[in-house]
Amino acid sequence: MANDTSDRGGTATATKTEATGFEERRSESPLQRIQHVLHANPILGPLAVLVLAVVVFSIVSGRFLSAANLGLVLAQVTVIAVLALGQTLIILTAGIDLSAGAIAVFSSILMANIATDLGVPGVLALIIGLVLGTAMGAINGLLVTRLKLPPFIVTLGTLSIFFSLNAVVSRSETVRGSDMPSIMTWTGTTFSLGGFRITYGSIIMLLLFALFWYALSKTAWGKHVYATGDDIEAARLAGIRTGHVLFSVYTVAGLLYAVGAWILMGRLASASPNVGVEYNLDSITAVVLGGTSLFGGRGLVLGTLVGALIVGVFRNGLQLGGVDVVWQGCAIGLLVLIAVSIDQWIRKVRA
Amino acid sequence: MSVETNVEAGSQKAPLREPVLQAKGLVKRYGPVTAIASGDLELYPGEILAVIGDNGAGKTSLIKALCGAIIPDSGEILLDGKRVHFRTPMDARRAGIETVYQSLAVAPGLDIADNLFLGREVRKPGILGSVFRMLDRKHMRDEAKRHMSELGITTLQNIGQAVESLSGGQRQGVAVARSAAFGSKVMILDEPTAALGVREGNRVLQLVRDVRDRGLPVILISHNMPHVFDIADRIQIQRLGRRATVITPQSHTMSEAVAIMTGAAEPPPPVG
Repeated sequence: MANDTSDRGGTATATKTEATGFEERRSESPLQRIQHVLHANPILGPLAVLVLAVVVFSIVSGRFLSAANLGLVLAQVTVIAVLALGQTLIILTAGIDLSAGAIAVFSSILMANIATDLGVPGVLALIIGLVLGTAMGAINGLLVTRLKLPPFIVTLGTLSIFFSLNAVVSRSETVRGSDMPSIMTWTGTTFSLGGFRITYGSIIMLLLFALFWYALSKTAWGKHVYATGDDIEAARLAGIRTGHVLFSVYTVAGLLYAVGAWILMGRLASASPNVGVEYNLDSITAVVLGGTSLFGGRGLVLGTLVGALIVGVFRNGLQLGGVDVVWQGCAIGLLVLIAVSIDQWIRKVRA
Repeated sequence: MSVETNVEAGSQKAPLREPVLQAKGLVKRYGPVTAIASGDLELYPGEILAVIGDNGAGKTSLIKALCGAIIPDSGEILLDGKRVHFRTPMDARRAGIETVYQSLAVAPGLDIADNLFLGREVRKPGILGSVFRMLDRKHMRDEAKRHMSELGITTLQNIGQAVESLSGGQRQGVAVARSAAFGSKVMILDEPTAALGVREGNRVLQLVRDVRDRGLPVILISHNMPHVFDIADRIQIQRLGRRATVITPQSHTMSEAVAIMTGAAEPPPPVG
């Protein structure tokens, strides 16, 4: 089996037989084969769920596949998808960010209030908001890398802090879209594409996914993100500055959440301090449903997009099917548990 | 494959030659604990030097000082006769000292090529690389393939295979190939066969020999006496934080080495 072409002289005869020591013998059952296929192509599982959901819901409700409804689903998942993109980066490093929604909502409040209360021009207020959101992510990153605190604890703390500051700054008041510069809600404006009403926010979201697909799969930074999440000690010994990688990931995630804030204002046509509590966990849900492992080092941004779409399709489809809203959470929860179980099972290939 | 065989390298003792890597009187203390009382070591071109010793004899600390993982309190390290100061493992790597850690330091989820170039990725030439930071995957894969086959690891089907799908010996092969590819002066291996079965262990030993025969001197730390006596040209015995002696597989038997290691026998004067 082992065709050892190279002659390494000396003990060649001895090694000829030993060369087979590197062979792996595998006889697989069909189930193991599925396990290996899913292990090699982690996107297949989520994609199958999405396709299945679309098929089922289009049978249940004739309206599901209409252009208007699909446009609605896309608009509904856009904010979650952008937050989940930032969340994906962090989860790839084996971290977790509970403050994603808090940073997004607080950023939107800051953008709106800087523009309305301080009279700062719209574009400038927007940029300031993006910078502040990035800074909030950087604070998470500093706490994780400098104080070496677990990401769960760090972001649990900053979640409370950001929501609290959010209430202070906003005085718990919603800023109406009509009071803000139009750039703030521009992300919610739509254009028509073959009968679909698509928001500019959705386009921004898709561009961001393309950008981070590239960054993660085609650049050294991406490899370092995966390696750090996979085995941080190994990455460090291989010469990767893991602290820099982690810090960059939390900071970039902060920026993404702030972009999410901009899209959120467009979606709501306002900046409200009271939305977004569910965004924290929804972003994690989308990541997990997309096949990214909570243990780090495994996952794809494309999977997260699919995961966000699964959440959106389920919510929308169950609603169209006449299922009471209270049951939606149940369905999503079950999906998450199934997704995590499958992830655990796939990871056993390692052993 | 043209191999510049240097089989005699080990048997001809090398007092005439300059050591590639030399440690003189290294000391490392952690509070009241002395990890290295006096760290001395000479590694000559084209040899495999094994470092053995009981737990706590200071062999790991000595090796860590040589590969930059710890900074000694005093003493000096000479590479090619020039004094060097390593603050991090990266410093040592830049100087040409590659280490294969016991934990292997491979990212299981990444493929073989990615792991070979981990932390040393190659970007595409031109604007794609400089502005868009795009990695030259083809180049890295081709190079990885070349390095793997140079070491005779040709049984691997696919260079794009995730490392976690490899057996323990294959992973060790990847780690050794990485060090061999980038190490220009010295390769240090920490317990390379500890986690392996008999056949895979032997296979890795052959890899280490190949590395030596291609001109890269090797420092090997191992608890496995048969392996040490199988491939080492010289054997340095550490005891109580200092070098007890240096022997060769020809000059002493395994049980004599163990006796020196544990203090049951007086260390003989160093050989070579």
